[in-house]
Amino acid sequence: MVRKVKDMKTSVGSSRALPSKGPVKGRVKGLAMGLALLVAGVAACGTSGPQQAGSTSADGNAAPSAWIISGVTAKAFQNSFDSWNAAHPGQRFAIQEFANDPYKQKIRTAVGARQAPTLIYGWGGGVLKSYVDAGAVEDLSDIADDPALKERFLPAIAAAGTVNGKTYAVPNNGVKPVVIYYNKDLFAKIGAQPPKTWNELMALVPRFTGAGIAPFTVSGQAKWPLLPWLAYLVDRIGGPRVMNDVAAGKPNAWSDPAVTEANQKIQQLVKAGGFVKGFSSISTDSGADVALMYTGKAAMTLGLPATYQTIKTADPAFITGGKLGYFPFPAVEGGKGDPADVVGNPTNFWSISSAATPAQKQAAREYIKSDLLNQKYAADLLAVGNVPPVTGVEDSIAKSEDPAYFSMIYELAAKAPNFQLSLDQALAPEQGDKLLTALQQIFLGEITPEQFATTMNATIG
Amino acid sequence: MAAPQSRARSGLLTLPALLMFVAFAVVPLAGAVILSLTRWDGLGAISWEGLGNWVEVLHDPLTGNALLLTLKIMVFSWVVQTPISLLLGVFTAGTQRYRAVLAVLYFIPLLLSSAAVAIAFKAVLDPNFGLGGVPGLGFLSQDWLGDPDLVLYVVIFVIAWQFVPFHTLLYQAAVRQIPASLYEAADIDGAGRVKQFRHITLPQLRNTIITSSTLMVTGSLTYFDVVFVLTGGGPGNATRLLPLDMYLTGFSANDMGKASVLAVILVVTGLALAFSLTKYTGFARMRSEQEGL
Repeated sequence: MVRKVKDMKTSVGSSRALPSKGPVKGRVKGLAMGLALLVAGVAACGTSGPQQAGSTSADGNAAPSAWIISGVTAKAFQNSFDSWNAAHPGQRFAIQEFANDPYKQKIRTAVGARQAPTLIYGWGGGVLKSYVDAGAVEDLSDIADDPALKERFLPAIAAAGTVNGKTYAVPNNGVKPVVIYYNKDLFAKIGAQPPKTWNELMALVPRFTGAGIAPFTVSGQAKWPLLPWLAYLVDRIGGPRVMNDVAAGKPNAWSDPAVTEANQKIQQLVKAGGFVKGFSSISTDSGADVALMYTGKAAMTLGLPATYQTIKTADPAFITGGKLGYFPFPAVEGGKGDPADVVGNPTNFWSISSAATPAQKQAAREYIKSDLLNQKYAADLLAVGNVPPVTGVEDSIAKSEDPAYFSMIYELAAKAPNFQLSLDQALAPEQGDKLLTALQQIFLGEITPEQFATTMNATIG
Repeated sequence: MAAPQSRARSGLLTLPALLMFVAFAVVPLAGAVILSLTRWDGLGAISWEGLGNWVEVLHDPLTGNALLLTLKIMVFSWVVQTPISLLLGVFTAGTQRYRAVLAVLYFIPLLLSSAAVAIAFKAVLDPNFGLGGVPGLGFLSQDWLGDPDLVLYVVIFVIAWQFVPFHTLLYQAAVRQIPASLYEAADIDGAGRVKQFRHITLPQLRNTIITSSTLMVTGSLTYFDVVFVLTGGGPGNATRLLPLDMYLTGFSANDMGKASVLAVILVVTGLALAFSLTKYTGFARMRSEQEGL
């Protein structure tokens, strides 16, 4: 009988535990976080509960940890931690890699459950502010004021890691302004020049489509690649004030004429055949969107420097053969915005989790001071096609594989009068989520710019 | 009437199962009900909200849209999957030549995880680099996952592809339980194949059809993984099913209160469906279809 009871228990236990990949660990908040998922059994679907990324160090204390984003750039991060780990056996970092989109959701759960890794990878903006409001990240102002570190970073970029005048995040990645990348062969085929204004761009559309070439490729399925279109057009038409009003939560900020005009321009471009056919089916995880450009099916794409990195990995000859061109987003006739303004991600950041142990925090602080974006780290970033946000990098850029491209990116970021952070990160999460869907509907022609404004205004306040 | 001692012992024996049920079903459910009355972004303090979330969610057109989509998925999944898996099950239970080989092929999707299935279909359905890019198959180059009017049917197809093998297996096992003597008797009476199927196989499968349908209908309430990876609820809100709406509200928009409201709606709908299915189909008094044998 006793035996039977035991069997029953294990079988019930395992059938429940299997789908969720282990019981949800964590304290009260972590449990609460898991509840909603457990109820519908959705926990079975890949998001296992928050788990501390970590092995333990030799002395038995939890080792400091960091989660990084997989991709070409991950190598630079891995190298930096490898060299730190080799030199500091007692403070070895445990590293885990995640894909971009799952990471954004997982990290929030982990921070909420106070189970975050010691170093929290972030984008700044509204999400960083929500961490600060919840007291989840450490004040790093003392590190930022350290003379050695202060001179290391480009001030305009480092400023994106501050909230209410205090530093909570320090740069850890390349600068990421969004520009238009184009296929020079296809431009030569129809005898076109890179457009400097929106009207010039619109004039190119029928010429490309007439030659059987799609003017732009974009991943409409992933939603976020659509964001820079709106952000750039709004900035070019109405200047930085419009998005600042939205971020500040001013009532009806989305009804600004600049937003409406930007959405009208997007829909005009879609209607004119500006985007490759079936663009809303194209995914970006596989690089299918960029592939259309370097395989000669589409002429241009508006993208982060990841576009360059994707091509460099997939088809290096396209770059070395001088077929890849790039230019900043064109000015809009009569617009108030400065054409030197930039949209994108100033860079990425490390924050230190306030839930970490004192020893973990200490290790993270020491790592930031000595190793973060040091010369070797900066050189590694450059080698994978990412321009580090550090001062005095001009020499290394001049000696790099592609000085023209890297210096364009560097100058663009360093001299931008306004650097608009990607809207899904700049805004509060609820707005960001609604915006992604509403903008996709604008591209699909499912809603009008007026309906867009109504939907988005409802998220304010 | 059982002796008090044995009743005490049977109570003791149910204890482990009961504890598991309370820990993994009742407690989370109560937690979700409580969370649905609060406002919480997943990070900061939890504040009391009362019925505000419920009013907002019930007035949100997205909720109606999600319920309608879930209903559509439920109905279409049943309509598509039941005949296919029934016929395949009957076929694979037979003794024809090459049957075993074909059966193995049919059951392959059963071995793949949902995420793998979704990622594979995403690649296959890519209009430029998927199957449509293969010379001669240009007609397959449609806007499968990007056309709001088309995408739901693509999702239903992929779900069917994934789940038909499982239900086929159910039917196969059930068909093999049917005594051969019934068919022999029918042969003597001169009944053809179609008549045998209609008057022997189908009635004998009654309970299996109910089981399989119950699984399909309640299962379609929780289709999440395939849809999440395949479309992420898009384009727009074209595939934002109820479970997806719950997940995105909770973990993308970080509104745990509203997400819990949706979770509770999901649980109540699921329970109501399961209860009514068992009640009205006679599932509860499941009786043998082989009386007299």
